Amino acid sequence: MNSNTYMEVSSPHIHQGSSTKTIMRDVVIALTPTLIASIIFFGIRAFIIVLLSVISCVLGELLWQKIFKQRVTIDDLSAVVTGILLAFTLPPSVPYYIPVIGGLFAIIVVKQIFGGIGKNFLNPALASRAFLIATWPAIMAKWTLDGVSTATPLELLNGSSADIPSLWNVFIGHTAGSLGETSALALIIGGIYLLYKDVITWEIPLSYIVSVFLLSLVFNKTSTPLIFALYEIFTGGLLLGAIYMATDYTTSPVTKKGKFIMGIGCGVLTCLLRNIGQTPEGVCYSILVMNLFVPMIERHTVPRTYGEVR
Amino acid sequence: MDRLTFRNGVHPPYNKELTEDKPVTELLPKEKAVFLMQQHTGAICQPIVKKGNRVLVGQMIADAIASISAPIHSSISGEVVDITEIPYTGGTSIPAIIIENDGLYEEAKPMHGPCDYKKLSRDNIIDIIHEAGIVGMGGAAFPTYIKLSPPNYEKIDSIILNGCECEPYITCDHKLMLNGTAKIVEGLNIILHLFPNAKGYIGIEENKEDAILAMQKVIDDADVSDKIEIKILETKYPQGSEKQLISAILNREVPTGKLPADVNCIVQNVGTSYAIYEAVVEGKPLTSRIVTVTGDAIATPQNFWVKVGTSFQDLIDASGGFVKKPVKIISGGPMMGVTMPDMNVPVTKATTAVLCLTEEATSILEETNCIKCGRCVRACPMNLLPLYLDKFGRRDDFDRFEKLNGTSCIECGCCAYVCPANIRIVNTIKKTKRNIRDNNNAKRVI
Repeated sequence: MNSNTYMEVSSPHIHQGSSTKTIMRDVVIALTPTLIASIIFFGIRAFIIVLLSVISCVLGELLWQKIFKQRVTIDDLSAVVTGILLAFTLPPSVPYYIPVIGGLFAIIVVKQIFGGIGKNFLNPALASRAFLIATWPAIMAKWTLDGVSTATPLELLNGSSADIPSLWNVFIGHTAGSLGETSALALIIGGIYLLYKDVITWEIPLSYIVSVFLLSLVFNKTSTPLIFALYEIFTGGLLLGAIYMATDYTTSPVTKKGKFIMGIGCGVLTCLLRNIGQTPEGVCYSILVMNLFVPMIERHTVPRTYGEVR
Repeated sequence: MDRLTFRNGVHPPYNKELTEDKPVTELLPKEKAVFLMQQHTGAICQPIVKKGNRVLVGQMIADAIASISAPIHSSISGEVVDITEIPYTGGTSIPAIIIENDGLYEEAKPMHGPCDYKKLSRDNIIDIIHEAGIVGMGGAAFPTYIKLSPPNYEKIDSIILNGCECEPYITCDHKLMLNGTAKIVEGLNIILHLFPNAKGYIGIEENKEDAILAMQKVIDDADVSDKIEIKILETKYPQGSEKQLISAILNREVPTGKLPADVNCIVQNVGTSYAIYEAVVEGKPLTSRIVTVTGDAIATPQNFWVKVGTSFQDLIDASGGFVKKPVKIISGGPMMGVTMPDMNVPVTKATTAVLCLTEEATSILEETNCIKCGRCVRACPMNLLPLYLDKFGRRDDFDRFEKLNGTSCIECGCCAYVCPANIRIVNTIKKTKRNIRDNNNAKRVI
């Protein structure tokens, strides 16, 4: 008779093998082309800003969890992702204390105070950017390109149409803007990778981008509406927001219908802020506003269960 | 032919190559056989033999008067040496009759002589199936005679034989479809005889091409292709789940709380059809089946024709024992199987597989916070929101759990399989469903 006893647990007994860490690692991989583009266009300074932001996020999380004797979760790489995304929303000329303070704000105030990963209701990187804009408005609106102060394409589009960079430069990223928003090409490459790896689904990015494109045709004041709409898509952090931020798991709906509402809501708000508001940009605030609606959107978009008679 | 399927689901590694190409070996129990008094969904059976009685192969040894139950027959001849309780899954114990094997396999008189089922009435056939102790052999073990007795039997237009076998590792149905093809088809003919207005379908996943060909040949040779059709299904888990199979083949949805018969169809496992043939045509009660013994801990994984009551230990010994140390002994597959405390537990009518997994092959992972990635939502074949069922289940928030139709969960395990936070969603849902049921029962009593 065998006296061995065996582990007794509920099914299933196998697992696909993905983890929060593998997902976050894929996001870091997807963001790498954009990081490289930012170094190419803004120099080594871009790399230092990203590095400081990442270190600040990771150490902030570690410190918080040590102080409050929680399980340390820095190895899930989510703080790294937040750090990179935050840095990508900063102008290349910011003093080095900005990414440090921003990182701490994102991780501690926006994420950990609400319970850490999965519990925050605002996107940490964007909420921190909003905080930085409110606190250091001048620093956060000082744009440079090739070492020279200049305006962003969106600012130029909203004002006089002189000196607008070519669509090609805007597409590859050789234009003024935040570190990670300028290269549409790099952002799209990363986005395709995330779709391929099933890290994100297409509903939010596509509905966001398409609604901005269509509304830009409506708001167009130029003689070339299609070109105007393309500028609106390739600039102002729209792709960064649509692919990497509006899709943030915790702060976006899990239901399919809800994802469309999220994407379209972000798109409508972005266009309203850009074209009617006084600020040339709208991505950051529109995603933050939509974040607040996520619980409500989910409640009203529960899919019909198999066999359910409504 | 186009490959049919259902919505959502997952593609786990199948690991069927461990056993699918090996022959099925007949295995006799060693010194004793253990017969659990509950091998089916429904009321527990009471022994009708006493300690010291000698019993024969095929002799009924336990029965229940309750409306949902199935009698149990001995699979060996020998003396009843004990009637006791044996430890079973999850800290439970189940009453069992233990019979010492005299090795003679002396057979009891068959239930009836050779007969032509076409001359039997519907009630006759249902009685034979009841008396033979036949239950669903795909794992759920619902008594078959009840499933075959819907009040609207004349309206039933489709009988589906389930040959999907979507659980990884398991190949017992696959082997039965190859070795018992003709009996399975004839079993389906018997079921169709019970439902005058029904057409028969045999649903098989496309990864079992040889079984599809063998089945098609028997259907063609018997010239029954006008009333039996093979449906080839995409290899996807849980294709063999009753509701998902009905969706795939008939494009019908069983309404919540209703039965397949309410949408005019009945699903039976291929093994059940085989057992129906043996009972009705040969007068043999259900006392044996094919069991897959497999997993990375097993030296020589293979299938056995085995008598009900044979211990897991005997099966594992016959497979060369362990080459690596298993941490889990699972009855059934890795997605829905049930862990057993030791290897003394016996094969029942519904045992599809004995799966022995090492620590590397199974998932023993720490739960982390839900990140709301939504993978569980995209995997769920019932279109539920598993992440919220887990959340509300853990808070005992039954109202919101039920509002999200948590009780519709089929416990297939897709959500927990894909969850990057390793959250044991199915575990929570199972517990919550049980608590809700107990609550409702308590209310009824008050």
